[in-house]
Amino acid sequence: MSKEWPLWEVFIRSQHGLAHKHVGSVHAPDGEMAMNNARDVYTRRNEGVSIWVVKAADITASSPGDKGPLFEPANSKVYRHPTFFPMPEEVKNL
Amino acid sequence: MAANEKFDYLLRLGDSTLILSQRLAEWCGRAPALEEDIALANVALDLIGQARLWLACAAEVEGEGRTEDQLAFLRDAHDFRNLLLVEQPNGNYADTIVRQFFFDAWQYPLLQALTASSDQRIAGIAAKAVKEVAYHLRRSGDLVIRMGDGTAESHDKTQAAADKLWMYTGEMFERDGVDEAMAAQGVTGNAGALRETWLAHVREVFAGATLIVPAPDAWMQTGGRRGRHTENLGYILAEMQFLQRAYPGAQW
Repeated sequence: MSKEWPLWEVFIRSQHGLAHKHVGSVHAPDGEMAMNNARDVYTRRNEGVSIWVVKAADITASSPGDKGPLFEPANSKVYRHPTFFPMPEEVKNL
Repeated sequence: MAANEKFDYLLRLGDSTLILSQRLAEWCGRAPALEEDIALANVALDLIGQARLWLACAAEVEGEGRTEDQLAFLRDAHDFRNLLLVEQPNGNYADTIVRQFFFDAWQYPLLQALTASSDQRIAGIAAKAVKEVAYHLRRSGDLVIRMGDGTAESHDKTQAAADKLWMYTGEMFERDGVDEAMAAQGVTGNAGALRETWLAHVREVFAGATLIVPAPDAWMQTGGRRGRHTENLGYILAEMQFLQRAYPGAQW
């Protein structure tokens, strides 16, 4: 068994109404201590109202090598973007 | 006379937070993990913030025109009123964390009582500090349990730290003329059951940590609150006060 503490990814919600955002990672033996460490490392300047910690090993990530098959087919399909509709002047924030 | 007693009382509060903060700052860049390093520095910064408030208040009560900085950097060891506990060396990490836990478990109920102080300024400082200390206590208690109930080595080191530091805990609950005067004026709020609260908390955490609580009626060291210190304080002040001693009045 490794003597290093496992890695945890830290997500912080900066204010009410906004989603949690990935801010970095900490090492800790379990979730409770990961939470304490995240609080100490990432919320020292009043950044957050809520913290999530997730074991880095539990995250399934896409591989950089799969970039082509995953994302390129979307490139050439401009009709998927709703940019062809004339919008009335009065409608804002759409 | 009353002003002098309040001055002494505020120095005791301010000096203990100041010296413990300086001790914790010695860990900066050397703690066993990056996360612990930052956490200790956070606690040290909280404590120095509290020390500034207490010492600024003390300087005002004294009314001799001294500032918080002059109180911190231009007094000699025998004028310091901090607990002997906080000047004890950092030792290994168990020594530091057990010292912190003993201190936090005392400071938290003390500050809670002080939020009801008859002195509005003291009540205000206590109300601000008590939120910080609630977190310090949660963290140090959690670490004592983890180390006590960890490996055989961490258990032995944590128990040794508790046994070694125990004789410096009695001083936290002494009452002398200054305490009596402050209690009579309602300055201390209701701090009557402080020792029982502290002991109950220590027993609870030590039970979770599989540690043995040393005998409460053991012989205790005393003197810090009256200016009689261990040799450690001189070394702490030599480092902490160097700049103001070498370059009097130097500013940022």
